[in-house]
Amino acid sequence: METLLEQIEHGKLWQFPGGIHPPEQKSVSNQASIGRIPLPDYLVLPLKQHIGANGQLLVNKGDSVRKGQPLTRPGANWSLPVHAPTSGVISDIKPMPSAHPSALPELSIVLTPDGEDKWCELNPVADYTQLDKQALIDIIHHAGIAGMGGAGFPTYVKADSAKHKPVEFLVVNGVECEPYITADDLLMREHAEQIVQGIEIMQHLLNPQYVLVGIETNKPEAIQAMTAAAAHNDKILVRGLPVKYPSGGEKQLIQVLTSKEVPSGGIPADVGVLVQNVGTLFAVSEAICKGKPLIERVVTVTGNTIQTPQNVWALLGSEIKHLLTCQGFEPVAEQRVIMGGPMMGFTLPTVRIPVVKTTNCILAPDNQELAVAGPEQACIRCSACADACPQTLLPQQLQWFAKGKEYDKLEEHNLFDCIECGACAYVCPSEIPLVQYYRVAKAEIREQKLEKVKAERAKERFEARKERLEREQEERQNRHKRSARSNTRSTEQSDKVSAAMERVKQKKDSQSAVQAAIERAKAKKSADGTLEPDNSEVALERAKRKEKARQYKAEKDAQATPDMHAGGEGSRKDAVAAAIARAKAKKAAQQDDDTAQSSSDAGTEDPRKAAVAAAIARAKAKKATQQDDDTAQSSSDAGTEDPRKAAVAAAIARAKAKKAAKDTEQPDEAQPVKTDAEPVDPRKAAVAAAIARAKAKKAAKEAEQPDEAQPAEANAEPEDTRKAAVAAAIARAKAKKAAKEAEQPDEAQPVEADAEPEDPRKAAVAAAIARAKAKKAAKEAEQPDEAQPVEADAEPEDPRKAAVAAAIARAKAKKAAKEAKEAEQQADTVTDEADAEPEDPRKAAVAAAIARAKAKKAAKEAEQQADTVTDEADAEPEDPRKAAVAAAIARAKAKKTAKEAEQQADTEQASSAPEQESPANDAPLSAEEKRQAAIKAAVARAKAKKQAAAKDQEGNDLS
Amino acid sequence: MKLTMASSPHNHSHKTLSRLMLTVIAACIPGILVQSYFFGPGTLFQLVLALLTVSLSEAAMMKLRGRPVWPTLSDGSAWLTAVLLAVSIPPLAPWWVTVIGCVFAIVIVKQLYGGLGFNLFNPAMAAYVLLLISFPVQMTSWTPIMEIQATPLSALDQLALIFTEQTLSGAPLAEARQVIDGTTSATPLDHVKTAVSQNLTVSEATNSIAFGEYAGQGWQWVNLAYLLGGLYLLKTKVINWHIPVAFIVTLAVCSGLGYALSPATQAGTLFHLLSGATMLGAFFIATDPVSASTTNRGRLIYGALIGLLVYLIRHFGGYPDAVAFAVLIMNMAVPLIDYYTQPRTYGHGASS
Repeated sequence: METLLEQIEHGKLWQFPGGIHPPEQKSVSNQASIGRIPLPDYLVLPLKQHIGANGQLLVNKGDSVRKGQPLTRPGANWSLPVHAPTSGVISDIKPMPSAHPSALPELSIVLTPDGEDKWCELNPVADYTQLDKQALIDIIHHAGIAGMGGAGFPTYVKADSAKHKPVEFLVVNGVECEPYITADDLLMREHAEQIVQGIEIMQHLLNPQYVLVGIETNKPEAIQAMTAAAAHNDKILVRGLPVKYPSGGEKQLIQVLTSKEVPSGGIPADVGVLVQNVGTLFAVSEAICKGKPLIERVVTVTGNTIQTPQNVWALLGSEIKHLLTCQGFEPVAEQRVIMGGPMMGFTLPTVRIPVVKTTNCILAPDNQELAVAGPEQACIRCSACADACPQTLLPQQLQWFAKGKEYDKLEEHNLFDCIECGACAYVCPSEIPLVQYYRVAKAEIREQKLEKVKAERAKERFEARKERLEREQEERQNRHKRSARSNTRSTEQSDKVSAAMERVKQKKDSQSAVQAAIERAKAKKSADGTLEPDNSEVALERAKRKEKARQYKAEKDAQATPDMHAGGEGSRKDAVAAAIARAKAKKAAQQDDDTAQSSSDAGTEDPRKAAVAAAIARAKAKKATQQDDDTAQSSSDAGTEDPRKAAVAAAIARAKAKKAAKDTEQPDEAQPVKTDAEPVDPRKAAVAAAIARAKAKKAAKEAEQPDEAQPAEANAEPEDTRKAAVAAAIARAKAKKAAKEAEQPDEAQPVEADAEPEDPRKAAVAAAIARAKAKKAAKEAEQPDEAQPVEADAEPEDPRKAAVAAAIARAKAKKAAKEAKEAEQQADTVTDEADAEPEDPRKAAVAAAIARAKAKKAAKEAEQQADTVTDEADAEPEDPRKAAVAAAIARAKAKKTAKEAEQQADTEQASSAPEQESPANDAPLSAEEKRQAAIKAAVARAKAKKQAAAKDQEGNDLS
Repeated sequence: MKLTMASSPHNHSHKTLSRLMLTVIAACIPGILVQSYFFGPGTLFQLVLALLTVSLSEAAMMKLRGRPVWPTLSDGSAWLTAVLLAVSIPPLAPWWVTVIGCVFAIVIVKQLYGGLGFNLFNPAMAAYVLLLISFPVQMTSWTPIMEIQATPLSALDQLALIFTEQTLSGAPLAEARQVIDGTTSATPLDHVKTAVSQNLTVSEATNSIAFGEYAGQGWQWVNLAYLLGGLYLLKTKVINWHIPVAFIVTLAVCSGLGYALSPATQAGTLFHLLSGATMLGAFFIATDPVSASTTNRGRLIYGALIGLLVYLIRHFGGYPDAVAFAVLIMNMAVPLIDYYTQPRTYGHGASS
C-alpha cells in the first residue's frame, strides 16, 4: 500500500462527490492575450477590498499621489492597505457603491489620474532568500495582497500561518472551474514564471513538502506553461484535474489533490494544507521581486453582449462601466452584469462599481446563453441536488427546513457546510433558488445566534446581579442577626423599660410630657427669644432637627471619607470604616445626650453657658473619636470580627448622615413632611420620611460634597431593598422619635425601642438611631446657635480644619482621660474584688469592667460623660485589645447608666416609678448581658477609633 | 441603465420538472404498447380516460385552491399518475373504476396533502389499492391475451365492455374472459397461487395453455418492455439505480432461496421478476421521487424492503400481487429511513 505521499507523488487524484458540468464557455474569452485598456477618467478605491478591517487613511482630499503610493496604512485585524493604481490627485474621499451584491456605499478614495502614470519609489528585493521571513511577510502585507480567487483573505495572514502549524502541502489553485472565467488561465499562460517565482517565495516562507498545482485539463496551455516554468523545481507538482465544477473550491481542490478533508468549521491549515490562488502568487512575486504593490489585476470581460470578450489588466478602482465600454458592450433587454462567474458571481445593480482585488470576471450575458431563471416549482424530492452537492449535503432537505424556518434542523443537516457553489440550484428541475434559501437561512441563523449571545450575556448579567443582591441581602441579614443578638439584651432591657414607661404614659396621659416639652420650649425661647409661644413645639422640633442634621452631616462626612480611602482595599475595610462611623455617631449621640442632660439643667439658668458646655462636649466627643484613632489597629481587629454588623451599621450611619445632611440643607422642607407624617402611622411616616430623606439627601449631598458621598449613597440605595428597609426603619424611628420628642423629648429613646417589638433587630437599630437623634435634638433645643459652628468645623470638607479641631479635641480628651483615670482608680478598688476570682477570668473581667464602668460613670457624670467614654481607649495603651474590651464594656455601661439616668428622670417626670426598670438597669447585669454589652461597646469603640484614624489619615493625605 | 438582479447561480441545467415527468411517461410507452398488443386496446382506452380524469381533477383542485391551473398541470406529474394507474388496472375494467381511481389519486392522495411534493403516498398506488379493496371483482378481471381468447374481442367490443360492461353483442365480461380451453383467465400470479392452494405443484400450474412459458403468456413481455423503459430512465439519469436494483435483487434472492427450498410450492426467480407488476414497480412506481427515500443509502434500503415485501405478500399474503401494498407500506417508512441514512457531510468525521 502506497503512502499518501507516494500516491501524491505518483500523480494520483481523488474524487469529490457530486459536482456538475455546466457549459464551460471558456473559449469565449481565452482566445486573445491579456489586453491593456486606457486609463479611466477616475478610479474609485474602496478602503476595504478584502476580508478584514479597513486601513487608516494616509491621504487627504486634494493630495497628489504617485502610482503605487499607499493610500491607507494597515492596522490590526487583518487590515490591508490600498495603493494608488496610477499617479494623480485625490479628488474625493467619500462612501461609494461597493463591489457587493447590495452595492452598499463604502468609504472610498476617488483618484483622478494625471495621465503621467508615474511610479513612486519601488524597493524590489534582489534575493528574497536573504531576507528575514518576517520582512517578506511584511512586504506582502504592505503590498496589500489579498486572496484573488474570490474570498479576499489577506495573504500575509496565510503566509504567516506556518509559524503556528507546519504546512505539509501548498496547493496552488489554478483550477478556475467557473464557466466563462479565464483570467487565471491567461495569467498562467503568460506569466507562469512569475507565478512559479511567487510559489517559490511561499515555499521559502512555508517550507511545505510539496507544492501541488491544480489546473483543470480544459486549460492545456496553462498546464504546459506552468509545467515548463516549474520544471526546475521538483517539489512543484503540476496536476491536470478532470473538469468538474466546483473542483476549484478550496475544500474540493484539497480533496482532489490530497484526499484530505478540511474539518467542518476548520481551515485548510487544520490538515496541513494551504491554498493560494495563482493570481495571488503572481502578486506576491510582483511585490517581492519588483516592489510593486497590488494595484491591478487580470479581469475577464466576457459574455455574448461583449463585442471583444477578453482578459484585460484592470487597475483596481476602474469602474465596471469603463471595462465594458472598452470591450464594446451592447446591452440587451433585462441585461444582467455579473461580477464573477455564472455559478457564484453576483449581479450588479449598477455598472458604476469599481474593480476590486477579488474581481476576476465581468460577465455580461444575453438571455439565451444564460437563461433567466424560470418560476420556482414544487420540490419533488428527486434529490438531484443531493447528487450534485460536492459537500454531500441534502440540499433538498435543507430547502424544506429553510422554508419552514426550522433552524435547528438546518444546523443538524449541516447548513453551514454549504459552500454556496450553486450546483444544487443548477440541477434542480423545479428551478428552486436553493442557494438563495440557504443564504437567507444562514443570515437568519447568524442573527439569531447573535441575539442569543446577547440575551445570554444579559441573562448572565442579570443573574450575577441577582446573586449579588441576594448575597448582600444575606450578609445584611446576618449582620442584623448578629447585631440583634448583641443588642437583644440591652434592647430587651430598654424594651422593658420603655414598655413600662409606655404603660405608664398610657395610663396617665401625656400631660407631663407635654409639660416637659413646653418647658424645654420655654427654655429655648428664653435663649433666643424669637419663637412664639404657640409655635414653640414645632420650633423646638425644627431646632432639634437642625441640630441633628448638622451632627449627622458631620458623621456622614466622617464616614464618607474613610469609605473613600478604604474603598480600594476591600469591602471589609469599608464595612469597618462604616462601622466606625456608626460607632462614632452613637458615641457622639450619647455624649450629646449626656451633655444635653447636663446642659438641660444649666440651660434654663444660663442658656449660653449651656450652649458652650454642649459645644465643648461635642468637640470632645469628636476628639475622643480621633483619639480612638490611636487604637485603630486593635479596633480594626474588632471591626473585622463582624464585618456584616459593621456593614449594617454603616448603612445606618449613612442613612443618618443623609438625613442629617438633608435636614441641614432644607430643614423647612423636610420638617413639614415629617411633622405631617408623624401622627398618621409610624410606618407610613417612615416610608414618607425615607423618600423625603432620599430626595433631600441627594440635594444636600450635591450641595455639600458632590464628589464623595453622593454617588456611593445614591447607588447603594436603589440596589438594595434591605438597605432601603433599614433606612426606612431609621426613618420610622426618627419619625416616631420626632413625634415623641415633640411631646416628651427626653423620653424619646426608650419609648422607641419599645415601639417596634415585632422586629427586635430593627427596633434595636432604630432605637439606637432614635436615641442618638433624641439626644442631639435635646442638645439642639438648648443651644442651637453654637452647635452649628462647632459642627461645621468637624466636617471633613476642610480636612485641615478638621485635623486642627481633632487635635484640640484630642488634647481635651486627654485631659478628660486623666480625670477618668482618677475615677478609674476609684473603680479599681471596686474591681479588686472581681479580680480576686481567677477561676473565671471572663466573669471577673466583666465584673471588673462593670465596676470600672460604674466608677467611670460616676466620674463622667461628675464631669463630662463623653470624655470618659472615649478616654479609656487612651488610658490603656499597653494592651490595646484588652483595654479596648474593658473600655468598651465600661463605656457601654456608662452609656446605659446614662440612659438609665435619663429614663429615670423621665419616668419620674411621668410621675411613675415602675420597679422593673431600676432593678433591670441598676442591679448588676447578668453575665450574658454584660458580655454582650461589652462586645457591643467594643465594636462601637473600635469603629469609632478607626473612623477617627481615617479622618486623621485623610487630613494627612490632603495636606 | 437598469440592470436585472438575480441570485446565483445564473445558469441552469435546463432539466425541468415537466421534462422529467414527460421522460418517465415516454419510458412507459414500450410497456404500454406491449400490453396493448397482448391484451388489446383496452389499456389505451383506460389511459385516455385516466388522462382526462386527472387533468380535470387537478384543474378543479387548483381552481379550488386558488392557484394557476396550467403551470401545475403542465408539470406532468398528474399525467404520470394517470399513466401508472391506467396500466395497472385490468384493461376491460368499467370506466367508473378508472375515474374513481384517478379522482382519488389526485384529489385525496395528492392535492389534499398539499399538492406535488407533499404527498406521503404514491398517488397511483394508493388509488390502485383503494380500487382493489373496494372493487375486487372488477380489479382482478384480467382477460386472457388476445390469442387464446375463446371469443376474440374487437376494439369496439372492448370499448363497449369498458363503458357498458358488455360487448356489442351483449355478452358480459365474464364471457369475454373465457380462454379457449374453457377456463377463466387469471393473471399468472393468481393462477399459480390458486393452484398451489389446491395442492398442485407450481410446475403443474404453469403447464397450461393459459399460462404459457416462463412467467405467463404476455406478462413476461410486458415486464421486459417496462425493464427497457426503466433502463432508459437510468440512462437519462431521471432515476437513480439504487431503488430498482435493490428491489429486483432482493426479490430475485428471496424467490431464488424460496425456490431452492421448496421448488414444488414456490415459483422461480424468473417467474417473480417477469410476472405481475415487478418491472413497472421497480422502475416506475417505487422510484416516484416524492414518496421514495431521498438518500442513496436510504434508497437501497427502501428498494430492498419493497422487494422483500413483494415476495412475502406474493407468497404468504392473500393477494396475488403486492407491489402496490409494498410501496405504500414503505412510503410510510421513508421519513425514518431518511433520518437514519443521512450521508456524511464533507468535513464531518472524515476518515483520512
